[in-house]
Amino acid sequence: MALDRWFRRKKPNRKDDDKSPSGLWIKCDSCENQVYRKDIIANLHLCPDCNHHYRMPVDDRMEMLIDEDSFEQWSGTIGPVDPLGFVDLKTYPERIKAAQDSHKYPDAILTGAGLLDNQRVAIAIMDFSFNGGSMGSVVGEEIARAAERAAEEERAFITVAASGGARMQEGALSLMQMAKTTMSLAALASKRLPFISILTDPTSGGTTASFATLGDIIVAEPKALIAFAGPRVIEQTIKQELPEGFQRSEFLLNNGMLDDVINRKELKQKISKYINLLLANRTTIKVKHVPAI
Amino acid sequence: MSLQFEKPIDDLEDKIVDMRKYAEEQGMDLYEEIGLLEKRLKRLKKESFENLTRWQRVHVARAAGRPTGLDYIDKIFTNFNELHGDRALGEDPALISGIAEFNDQSVMVLAQQKGRDTKENIHRNFGMMHPSGYRKAIRMFALADKFKLPVITLVDTIGAYPGIAAEERGQALVIAESIQRMSELTVPAITVVIGEGGSGGALAIAVANKVLILENSIYSVISPESCAAILWRDAAEAEKAAEALKLTAKDLLELDIVDRIIEEPLGGAHKDPQAAIDSVAKAIKEELIELNKLDQAELLQQRYERFRKLGKFQEMA
Repeated sequence: MALDRWFRRKKPNRKDDDKSPSGLWIKCDSCENQVYRKDIIANLHLCPDCNHHYRMPVDDRMEMLIDEDSFEQWSGTIGPVDPLGFVDLKTYPERIKAAQDSHKYPDAILTGAGLLDNQRVAIAIMDFSFNGGSMGSVVGEEIARAAERAAEEERAFITVAASGGARMQEGALSLMQMAKTTMSLAALASKRLPFISILTDPTSGGTTASFATLGDIIVAEPKALIAFAGPRVIEQTIKQELPEGFQRSEFLLNNGMLDDVINRKELKQKISKYINLLLANRTTIKVKHVPAI
Repeated sequence: MSLQFEKPIDDLEDKIVDMRKYAEEQGMDLYEEIGLLEKRLKRLKKESFENLTRWQRVHVARAAGRPTGLDYIDKIFTNFNELHGDRALGEDPALISGIAEFNDQSVMVLAQQKGRDTKENIHRNFGMMHPSGYRKAIRMFALADKFKLPVITLVDTIGAYPGIAAEERGQALVIAESIQRMSELTVPAITVVIGEGGSGGALAIAVANKVLILENSIYSVISPESCAAILWRDAAEAEKAAEALKLTAKDLLELDIVDRIIEEPLGGAHKDPQAAIDSVAKAIKEELIELNKLDQAELLQQRYERFRKLGKFQEMA
């Protein structure tokens, strides 16, 4: 579900889905200080005053996590079609074209291989600014291909989720991407390769209810909205206001749904440690095969 | 209570009943006249149901009197023993699960259960499962795997329950885990969408080797009402959303999302529940006989390939 619309209505003055700072000077969403835009971008899209985590463009995210000059792009060879002839207030092809015209990649995903602190990894990064990061056939296929290829090439697999959920305009085909992406993780598990899932603001719906919450380790950035049903849906269902901090990273951590909440500046180092520790015994300890009774 | 488009059908049915009564009372022979009306009724039913809009089909899928999970369990399976609880958080009455006999084989049955009246609907939470329900499903999949019981799931939910407690207890995580656990089954798995297949809440118990759907059932990424609220900004536009979402059995067969459509009796399953139940039993039996021929590795492979190929995209120049 493209939850971005609900968030948008809450902040009617915001022009863009993308919460990346725009304009020369901006008022920080969190501390409300006047901050120089370039300072935020240069600071990994964090507010220099209060460390508020802004949404991060996919290329910047890749550069932050992957060692310099080591990235090999896998995604981008396939693009969306309009399997249902879907029309709401606009046609689906119009929505796709508008998104593609303002983005570098053909859909809401970037995948590829690279080194993370010299460890071989594959990575899939979702783009919330492209149609709410919604998961349709292309996003699902790219994630499945990346997971399968990571297993084949013996790489750890990392996903960075940022998604409103399944892409409604592809109907039940989008729903099936939840099964497809989930099933593609089996190849990694059978080779005992780690799958680290990073949840960022916002992650909800079909993305949260599939591969993104099946990581061997699941972490989130601070204060990210992470939900199955979005806050507006729940408010409409129960007819009351939701408590402060509901469905934010810290709330999930307290409820036992996350391994940790990690500041963006420490994210690469943490992921590196996880992979290193998880893989250390993989080749040295002999797996004892217990015969079936 | 009848659906709006059923009014002419119901009127004609009433007329036939009246005529029969009149003929009996007056001792008149109206055999021929009644016969003609019955033919007309059959034609009217056929034409109406062939030409239902998608939105009308949504109403049939949700119609009062349409057989529910328990109706199928009672009539199709013998020696059914319900198994309750997720052994952690509680018992979710929106999902009924248990072991039973079917066609000389022990099987595991899971069924989402909507209520057949208001009281039962409240007890069953209108068929909307909580995390404990999905945890129960995962437990049943494991049990089925261990004792090599084929798994049969009956899907009928508008979606997983959206609420504070459900979020606190990881609704999204348990749905993901249920999808994963079902995909790993080393036994045959068959799903029948008997009413409404609503989003991830339905998919969580629908990762089967064969996914069947009743003729007037629907299966969708989102309910037409919620889709309309988001894309049209008005839930009242659900009719348009239902058209756009292509959520009928016929649509889904064309997209390979379902493998087989099970025919309903003329006028819909709610008009003749026993006939619908018999058709479902026959279809499950036929599919299970075929799946029983596959070994564990073949079952896993077939299920993987079935879902792996779903999706439509183009190569970029």
